[in-house]
Amino acid sequence: MTTRHSKAGNGSDVALQEWRGPWRRYDIVKEGVIAVVVVSILTLLLAGIFSSPDEPQLTFQGWATSAPDNFYATAVQELAGTSESAGYGPPYNTAADGVAVGPIAPQQWFGVTHPVDPPNDFVLTPLRSQQQSADVTAALAAWDSATADQQISWASDYDSALTDAGGDLTQLAPGDYGPVPVLAQGLTDMATSGALDGVLTARGAFYQTDATPQILFLGDGSYLDDAATAAHLQGNTWGMMNETGSYPGQAWLWLYSFWYQIPTFNSDNPDDYLTSHADALIFYIMAVLSLALLLLPFIPGLRSIPRWIPIHRLIWRDYYRRQARP
Amino acid sequence: MTTTRPAADTTPSPPIPDSAESPMWTSRLRRAWLAKLPPDKLLPDRQPAYVASWIYVFGVLTLAAFLVIVVSGLALAFAGPAWYHTSSLGHFTNSLHFWSVQLFFVFMVIHLWGKFWMAAWRGRRAMTWITGVVAFLASIGTAFTGYLMQTNFDSQWISFEAKDGLNAVGIGAFFNVTNLGQVLLLHACLLPLVVGAIVVWHVLLVRRHGVVPPIDAVPVTQPADTIGDPEVPR
Repeated sequence: MTTRHSKAGNGSDVALQEWRGPWRRYDIVKEGVIAVVVVSILTLLLAGIFSSPDEPQLTFQGWATSAPDNFYATAVQELAGTSESAGYGPPYNTAADGVAVGPIAPQQWFGVTHPVDPPNDFVLTPLRSQQQSADVTAALAAWDSATADQQISWASDYDSALTDAGGDLTQLAPGDYGPVPVLAQGLTDMATSGALDGVLTARGAFYQTDATPQILFLGDGSYLDDAATAAHLQGNTWGMMNETGSYPGQAWLWLYSFWYQIPTFNSDNPDDYLTSHADALIFYIMAVLSLALLLLPFIPGLRSIPRWIPIHRLIWRDYYRRQARP
Repeated sequence: MTTTRPAADTTPSPPIPDSAESPMWTSRLRRAWLAKLPPDKLLPDRQPAYVASWIYVFGVLTLAAFLVIVVSGLALAFAGPAWYHTSSLGHFTNSLHFWSVQLFFVFMVIHLWGKFWMAAWRGRRAMTWITGVVAFLASIGTAFTGYLMQTNFDSQWISFEAKDGLNAVGIGAFFNVTNLGQVLLLHACLLPLVVGAIVVWHVLLVRRHGVVPPIDAVPVTQPADTIGDPEVPR
């Protein structure tokens, strides 16, 4: 009898053939039923004992109530075009080119597919959708009658002055800010009353299932970011795989999250190439690693690791013990 | 009154070919299926004796957790996405869904590592490995959409953060993580079907090719129709 040994990863005669060695009884249906019962009981116990996380959603009313200055400043940034979403680029607008890694620029290739116009979508249209006080109505009329350059000039100057004053309206340098302060205050009042949540959600329609404008606007201020920091959900603190409270999160994303912990992809300098391109670069790294995992059986070296590190001798210890018998 | 029955048709009908050689598509499909996956392989009552480790349990545990996920998910889907925020029964059902997903990934990752250390792709089993990895990746995508559709603070933050990664590589142009309607349908309809189909394919491949033998297994001349340990003639 020949005793050719198999080669892990290279196929083997034994692995290719129908098994001709000893067998044992095996009830696949019984095994399946027991597994379902055991997992069901385990799930019931875990759910009953630990429950599950459900932190209430943030609202614009909550934001404007707890951090009115930040909401006010964010409204000004939306008008000035200096907010994150106003300068985002594709797929929301054309304010920026989008990320490109060398010649690979899919964000640019596909263009604007979910148009978002922050000054109008977040500030002006919501204000126009409600009955406003006389000063807000007059401010809207003044804004509409001004040229685009004038609008940008007012909003940008006010945004800069507000930044210089540290957000303190009492320290604001005098200047020609046009209707911008009144518009920002009008939106803040609207948010405080709770009206803005409904208006932004419905956007003039009866049914609405797309939350893109709300999420972008909410993320432009510090309210959402501060809440995420408090909940340890920031990307540079393994937030991608964390969960609110003390619950397990998406632990299966640990490797994806790992790259964001490396200073190379997470430096303090936003102009650093690797940091500014981290999202794309990390995605490509993970795509390559996933492909390697997928094609592992065909990759020399990697497919031989199980042979080099003999953990299989623990898994099949009974088999190998029998083989060792004289 | 007498009635006259019509005369019986005595014309001989053409012979129906034996199904073993019938050219009908149905017969061909059945023959091909049975040739690749006969009943004793699909629902075996014996396994090679080397299949004797706790590591083998994690495959079926993964399937069991998937079943619990689907059942709890169907209950959540039936009642609607906001139910679990306002109902204690809904919250408990959501907890069942949440923990079954956690168990599913624990079992699946252990199963994956086990198969890696067994080099389970040997012997023309590469497609079994590949479908397993695809199922793993598709499950991650499915779970991700589940986190996006929670309609709470968690989903607000995850969608805000995740959009940047997907936009940077162009995926965001088609898969908008902040579009609740799109995310909801992907999670509750399309992706479970994809995962389910891949898992079925994976399991059928496992049943067809059998469990991979030990590394360096030695060919034996023992008759194939015996059950070993204890050795009982089949």
